[in-house]
Amino acid sequence: MVTLNVLVLVCLLYVAFLFAVAFGADRAALVGRGTWLRSPIVYTLSLSIYCTAWTFYGAVGFAARSGLEFVTIYLGPTLVMIGWWWTLRKMVRVGRSQRITSIADLISSRYGKSNTLAVFVTLVAVIGLTPYIALQLQSVTLSFATFAEADPFTDASPSQQSTAFWVAAGLAVFTILFGTRNLDANERHHGVVMAIALEAVVKLFALLAVGVFVVWGLAGGVGETLARIDSSPIARWEVPGSRWVGLTLLSAAAFMCLPRMFQVMVVESEDEDHLRMAAWAFPTYLALMSLFVVPIAVMGLELMPEGANPDLFVLTLPLMNGQEGLAILSFLGGFSSATSMVIVAAIALSTMVSNHIVMPIWLWSTGGGAMVSGDVRSVALLARRLSIAVILFLGYCYFRLSGGGTALAAIGLISFVGVAQFLPALMGGLFWRGATRSGALAGLSVGFVLWLYCLFLPSFGASQVMPYSVMQNGPFGIGWLRPQALFGADGMDPVIHAVMWSVLLNTCTFLGASLLTLPKPIERLQGAQFVNVFQHSQTPGSWSGGLARSEDLMIMSQRIMGASEAQAMFSREARKQGIAGYLPEPTPDFLQTLERELSGSVGAATAHAMISQIVGRATVSVEDLMAVADETAQIMEYSSKLEAKTEEQARTARQLREVNEKLTQISVQKDAFLSQISHELRTPMTSIRSFSEILRDGAGLSEADHSKYASIILEEATRLTRLLDDLLDLSVLENGQVVLNSQTGQLSDMLDRAVSAAGVQDRLRIHRRREAEKITLHTDLDRLAQVFINLISNAGKYCDAADPALTIRPQAENGNLVVDFIDNGPGIPTDQQAMIFEKFSRIGQTKAGGAGLGLAICREIMGRLGGDITYLPGQEGAAFRVVLPLRDDALAQAAQ
Amino acid sequence: MSAKKTPVFVQRRTYRRRRVADGARLLPVFGGILFLIPLLWGGDSAETVADGGRTAWVMTYLFVVWFGLAVLSGILARFLVAEDEGNEEDGES
Repeated sequence: MVTLNVLVLVCLLYVAFLFAVAFGADRAALVGRGTWLRSPIVYTLSLSIYCTAWTFYGAVGFAARSGLEFVTIYLGPTLVMIGWWWTLRKMVRVGRSQRITSIADLISSRYGKSNTLAVFVTLVAVIGLTPYIALQLQSVTLSFATFAEADPFTDASPSQQSTAFWVAAGLAVFTILFGTRNLDANERHHGVVMAIALEAVVKLFALLAVGVFVVWGLAGGVGETLARIDSSPIARWEVPGSRWVGLTLLSAAAFMCLPRMFQVMVVESEDEDHLRMAAWAFPTYLALMSLFVVPIAVMGLELMPEGANPDLFVLTLPLMNGQEGLAILSFLGGFSSATSMVIVAAIALSTMVSNHIVMPIWLWSTGGGAMVSGDVRSVALLARRLSIAVILFLGYCYFRLSGGGTALAAIGLISFVGVAQFLPALMGGLFWRGATRSGALAGLSVGFVLWLYCLFLPSFGASQVMPYSVMQNGPFGIGWLRPQALFGADGMDPVIHAVMWSVLLNTCTFLGASLLTLPKPIERLQGAQFVNVFQHSQTPGSWSGGLARSEDLMIMSQRIMGASEAQAMFSREARKQGIAGYLPEPTPDFLQTLERELSGSVGAATAHAMISQIVGRATVSVEDLMAVADETAQIMEYSSKLEAKTEEQARTARQLREVNEKLTQISVQKDAFLSQISHELRTPMTSIRSFSEILRDGAGLSEADHSKYASIILEEATRLTRLLDDLLDLSVLENGQVVLNSQTGQLSDMLDRAVSAAGVQDRLRIHRRREAEKITLHTDLDRLAQVFINLISNAGKYCDAADPALTIRPQAENGNLVVDFIDNGPGIPTDQQAMIFEKFSRIGQTKAGGAGLGLAICREIMGRLGGDITYLPGQEGAAFRVVLPLRDDALAQAAQ
Repeated sequence: MSAKKTPVFVQRRTYRRRRVADGARLLPVFGGILFLIPLLWGGDSAETVADGGRTAWVMTYLFVVWFGLAVLSGILARFLVAEDEGNEEDGES
């Protein structure tokens, strides 16, 4: 006889074995030898966590109570699985391309990385799965109790509640050891997947073994079994249509929405192609699991005493017939079902809780500034371990509250309806770009509240949480709000009633709110990437390490932060690492800095995703990511480009117009000058020629005439020479061939010299302030004097005031010498001010015989000296400002 | 984006491949209908002699359909090629 102690020992050995398998698988994956870990068969088997203790024990109980109806729970997933090309493939692709860590992450990610949504989904999932975990506890507890009853050596069988508590505690420790030994960056758990694949084999084998024993051992063959079915209480096919359809759809929805299914199907998925095998192998697995359910139920009903719990037929039938080995195998099968489900569900839920609730709060409370990467990891691990413990404790509480007497299938269905509330947001997010965050939040809220009201709270029984009066007459006596007959839907099956109203109103709210609200840009970005995932990631590639990553990070950062900012940031980080150039090593520190930088532009969640996409074992290229980012970036870039272009064109046009004006004026001036200069040259030449002729031919000229004519010739020749000198001087200055002689002198001396050289004292009063002129200059004094002479003589020539006067006002300003020459004449018209420094420019038809080269020469000289000469408008007359740097080195620089 | 440039006529092989994908999409619908058929057999009448009213019969039917669907799904999965999927959203052939 199997004693309870033997059973516990068997359990512990089995767990130790599983742990060894998981450990070995993890090690193999670590050293890269685990290609067999990533085979499609392991993937398919890992999906079998869909079949929990509910399936193992509960399906038979379900069948014993309502016949073939139990099969709907497996038909739904079968339909989803054979329709993998439609939905699952997309989910897996999105999950992989977005580095999704849980279903909460997927939904939040789709709706603009909304943390509110993630928190909400997490809470719904935790509450929704609590009954499911309680179900596993109950089934293991019941199976222990079954053995305890049969154990002759145990006089007092342990109470169910204490068994449940120890089972919960044991599972918590087991899960923590399994699932949170290390914090995998990819949220993948090779060891766990391997262990649950093994458990899948164990439970299938156990159930098939019991089935074979029942059909051929007890019933006596297939034909006999079918005959017994015909004569059993469930012989008649009388499943209500609404339950048949409703439960099939419900299980299909739950299959996609259950966090643990999402974990193995999407998060742990190694290769999208694995679905190809799962598409036929998983339905086959489900069919095999269901194959012997009805025969076992029928034989149980026939052979077991009245009032035996049909949920335990799988265990009690072999036990009663003395097949202890088979009973232990069956027990292990059930134990496997329960443990694998609890492990994966707890891992999935704890990931959600720690990622979306604990970590944000922790990061927020610590200010996020002082964190180092090690810190975060340890906090995350602790958060996960605590979450696992809390989740199992909640399951235990539900078990205590619900009394532990409910049929397994009924409990499971409550959870199914709870998680099915994710379906509208999930499917809408994957297939409809118009789905918005507000829509998802609103739909989910409505669905969740209805589920709580119509199914979850009533499940505790009428007396405890929800008073009997509310159940019967509705809250405050409002009949059409009765939890199980909402809006007058009387006489419906409670589960179908809850599914109908919650999913229907959830969907309607989701659609309506989505249509009415506007998504944020990041939602649209994510929406595009989710809905069009196949366009954006045609060929999943992988990243090589090293500098290539830095470069990719840089490409991405440049696109998001702007090229110059990104380059500055990267080169700064590279300098910090002691590397020249723009590419720092992708160290954790650098990545953290980069992530913070990026989060300023695109939000924290996205920044994180973007970086881990590149640095983690990413399978989606940056270009893919950018293809989506481009959608907005390109539009923005394009419009700003257009703006810039328009501005540039306007600027160019303005410049062109100015240049054109200048050119026209210069051309006019040149023409004028040519005629002028030929005139200037011709006039003295004519005089020289004619007077030379007179001197040559005129024999009878008086001495006085002779001398007079000769001096005219000399004067004209001098004028000619001066003109040619000026032209030569200008050309030398312009060609930069001038040699500057640096000298030191007083400004006052220079001005004295210039005033006397200009020879205008008799025509022009000159106002000077001697005390201001005590400035020492280091420059080419001769050239500067030339400028001063020119300005003074110009004033003498052009100032036609009644009492011409020139004010010379020197001052030192910002290390510059500034000398203003202001006369009291009419000044220069505004339209000509720009032209006066041009060569050959002459204002009006001047009476003075200048060639228009003086100011042009001045400007060239001042340029050479490192200073400037400008026309100063707005003075009483014509005003010129000469600016010259006082420091010697400026001159030296300018001379080069 | 580039998917807009889908040609009107494609090669026979591509055409075949797309029809396989269509078949894969239709399979769950087909399966769903097959699973609904037993509802038509609901024997309301007292005489439950008809085969359709028996659990054993319905069970046999369901498992045959079930395994049949698995086989069909396996065959389709073998021929499904994830090649020109970028075009499938609006790719008419």
